[in-house]
Amino acid sequence: MSTELPVLTKKDFQSDQEVRWCPGCGDYAILKSVQMVLPELGIPKEKFVVVSGIGCSSRFPYYMDTFGFHTIHGRAPAIATGLKAARPELEVWIATGDGDAMSIGGNHLIHILRRNVGVKILMFNNRIYGLTKGQYSPTSEVGKRTKSTPFGSLDNPFNPLSLAIGAGATFVARSVDIFQKHLQETMLRAARHEGTAFVEIYQNCNIFNDKAFTYMTDKGVRDDQSVSLEHGQPLIFGKESNRGIRLNGTELEVIELGGEHSEKDCLVWDETLDNSGMAFLLAQMTPPDFPTPIGILRDVKKPVYEDQILAQIQHEIAAKGEGTLEDLIYSGEIWKVGEDGRVQ
Amino acid sequence: MTDTTSETPTRTTPPATERIDDVVVRFAGDSGDGMQLTGTQFTSTSAQVGNDLATLPDFPAEIRAPAGTLPGVSAFQVRIADYDIHTPGDAPDVLVAMNPAALKKSLGDLKQGGILIVNTDEFKAGNLKKAGYDSDPLESDSLTGYRVVPAGITKMTMTSLEEVDLDGRTKNRCKNFFALGMVYWLFSRPLDNSIAWLREKFAKRPEIAEANIKAMKAGYNFCDITQTFQTRYEISPAKLPAGTYRNIMGNSAVSLGLVAASRRSGLPLFLGSYPITPASDILHEVSRFKNFGVTTFQAEDEIAAVCSAIGAAFGGALAVTTTSGPGLALKSEAINLAVIVELPLVVCNIQRGGPSTGLPTKTEQSDLLQAMFGRNGESPVPVVAAASPGDAFDATLEACRIAIRYMVPVLLMSDGYIANGSEPWLLPKLEDLPDLRTEFHTSPDGFQPYRRDEKTLARPWAIPGTPGLEHRVGGLEKEHLTGNVSYDADNHQLMTDLRAAKVERIADDIPDVEVHGDPDAEILVLGWGSTLGSITGAVIESRKQGHKVARAHLRHINPFPKNLEETLGKFRHVLIPEMNGGQLSLLIRARYLKDVVSYSKVQGKPFYRHEISGKIAEILEGSNNVH
Repeated sequence: MSTELPVLTKKDFQSDQEVRWCPGCGDYAILKSVQMVLPELGIPKEKFVVVSGIGCSSRFPYYMDTFGFHTIHGRAPAIATGLKAARPELEVWIATGDGDAMSIGGNHLIHILRRNVGVKILMFNNRIYGLTKGQYSPTSEVGKRTKSTPFGSLDNPFNPLSLAIGAGATFVARSVDIFQKHLQETMLRAARHEGTAFVEIYQNCNIFNDKAFTYMTDKGVRDDQSVSLEHGQPLIFGKESNRGIRLNGTELEVIELGGEHSEKDCLVWDETLDNSGMAFLLAQMTPPDFPTPIGILRDVKKPVYEDQILAQIQHEIAAKGEGTLEDLIYSGEIWKVGEDGRVQ
Repeated sequence: MTDTTSETPTRTTPPATERIDDVVVRFAGDSGDGMQLTGTQFTSTSAQVGNDLATLPDFPAEIRAPAGTLPGVSAFQVRIADYDIHTPGDAPDVLVAMNPAALKKSLGDLKQGGILIVNTDEFKAGNLKKAGYDSDPLESDSLTGYRVVPAGITKMTMTSLEEVDLDGRTKNRCKNFFALGMVYWLFSRPLDNSIAWLREKFAKRPEIAEANIKAMKAGYNFCDITQTFQTRYEISPAKLPAGTYRNIMGNSAVSLGLVAASRRSGLPLFLGSYPITPASDILHEVSRFKNFGVTTFQAEDEIAAVCSAIGAAFGGALAVTTTSGPGLALKSEAINLAVIVELPLVVCNIQRGGPSTGLPTKTEQSDLLQAMFGRNGESPVPVVAAASPGDAFDATLEACRIAIRYMVPVLLMSDGYIANGSEPWLLPKLEDLPDLRTEFHTSPDGFQPYRRDEKTLARPWAIPGTPGLEHRVGGLEKEHLTGNVSYDADNHQLMTDLRAAKVERIADDIPDVEVHGDPDAEILVLGWGSTLGSITGAVIESRKQGHKVARAHLRHINPFPKNLEETLGKFRHVLIPEMNGGQLSLLIRARYLKDVVSYSKVQGKPFYRHEISGKIAEILEGSNNVH
């Protein structure tokens, strides 16, 4: 029997549909990354299903030459859960945005995370509603002036990583649309995670929220404003690798290396901790006091939902035998009535 | 039956036994008194004896409303007969009132001359006040006209369990079985069925089973020994069609129907659901059938429940969601997704009183228009209705058949009365169950996701995992054949027309509506859903009164059977009784321009037979006056 893996390329994952995002949109880079990563997995193309909700990012399935389902606003996790429960062997990916996942679909997001369904969630965070032309989103910063908030928004934003960790996610990561290498590595790790993988991707909407992330993506500031998490490595950042993150009591702080502090004082990152407290602390690192963390905050092994569903079915079949129609209908308190119309 | 502990005088003369053909018994008590269980046991035993029966449970929406109050009353009415019956009866012949509130709430329904068994121990000042009685009704003349049987049920239960090692509260909770024992005696029923049930139910706590058995026997013996009743009754088995039976509730029938459809289609069943009264029992029951390869998923909300089912349908499962009116409203958008992506989905809507939260535990048929039209855009879905608890099995298979064959979401309508009511169900022969097998599309040659079957207009079911069939579906308008997104004006017209035509074509594939009764009648009583029993009973009654009456009942409401228009045209009057404001009437008038008479009732309970027969007489006598 042949065990040859299919040799697929990026092109195999490009559909014949014209991509209709605005020129310059960060979504193009994310699409390219996914099309680069999927062939590396050695999985037949027909096994992939991309499920999405509503929004710019949710047009994603149309551009992938896989099975795809562009569903309704916020519901992709629920649909993906049903699909994965029915067909555990499929590779199910969700493309969603900050509005789709955290606002209208917030409930489904937290529940897919707590159940640990084996799907990969790519959440494109542009901190704005793009498809409806520029309203503030649940990740927009306070005071955001948009069409619907001419005097500034009042709502505190969600921190997607904190939310995912709080909901019990077993894999939580962040990357950035234009950090292609980092993004692809992160996606690859997500793809190989068993259970729900949640990846927040900073994505620039050049029409309605342009330069939302330049504070940490511009070449000049990138090294000082972001810290890349590497498992087993101390948290060090800065152009000259001259700064680090230290755990001081119950709080994180930035330290300058070279003087009184050295590399040894820095927190050594462990993404596999069962206790999610440290990952939560890290997720809370926000500018201007801290560099923005990118990379994998959490990757732990927990029972996978669809495996457990299957195990329960198999257990019942083993215990009771596979049910037959006869067992089903001719059971309980039954009685017979004879040809004379009387109970026998 | 010798182990009585009652210190009661022994009977000197045996009671007279009278044979009757039909009786309606209502057990009423506090919601903590176990009246549903008592009623169910009486029903189950009567079914085993071979009576025909129909039941009507009536319980509050609160799990434990304040004890002793009117809102806390829980009742179970069952009618048993030695002939084919259709309703749980208009008025009880026997009322068991476990407390003053139960008496107050049910007395008005009891037939004049009916037997009233009262637990006198609960008629204390506090309980009387809670029920809103200024004075003890047992001591007033308000009960004249009934055959009152006062019994200290609570105390006698406690006395009978004196030597049992259980706490007082647990012993007190056996009093419903004492009352059941009394009613068993009154109707000459065997105790074995309930004894066996108790021993199985409490297998892990045999002391509880034995205490209840003891209380039940004490109640039985109390009647046997004292001269509580002058007469005891016998109801012979009904002459039912030959075959194997079981007593079934509507929600169980839907559950069995879903699992059977899975077996007959060869598709694994996926049920995504969110708890809601009165539909939850379907989720409970189907969850037990894991050894049939069934997946049940209790979702985070109604929307996730239907969406998970749609996801499963995309993956090739027999996908189902169960709900009631408020949940159906939440599912609207997702059902429309299934409409446009043309995937099979069965939505079971177990209706209850509305609007809003409405009357969760009471029955109503007021979601028909929601089922038909409660979605945005042009959104045709087939609608199939169950007419009785046993019929819910067939209706479920039919809904699954249509969903699979036509690649379409189907609304299966039941209601609280069917869901919780029960009747003897003549079990189908396995080989007679419909063949629901289908084939997934597998060939990539010329594959187009929206290329339709010429006959059914169904699109191919091309499931993920099939090489060469990679394609995208979604909620944006689909281009004919390719399924690509299309904003083209003519294409939208075409696709809208195709979706409508697909549902209309189902009319070629369903049986004609049948007319029962007098073919030359002046009036046709047309119904759908759970009014079947009341209508059937009423038509029989009207014909006995000398009227010429016909009736017809709709299994399919969308599309209607092809002969419906012609059928309606044959009758001068068409009467449509509905537990809503006239929703089927609206559909019939709109579709056929037939001026029907709508008879509407929304009181949280089924039509009484006499209400409908009265309406028939009113129409016929009215029209005779015109002549």
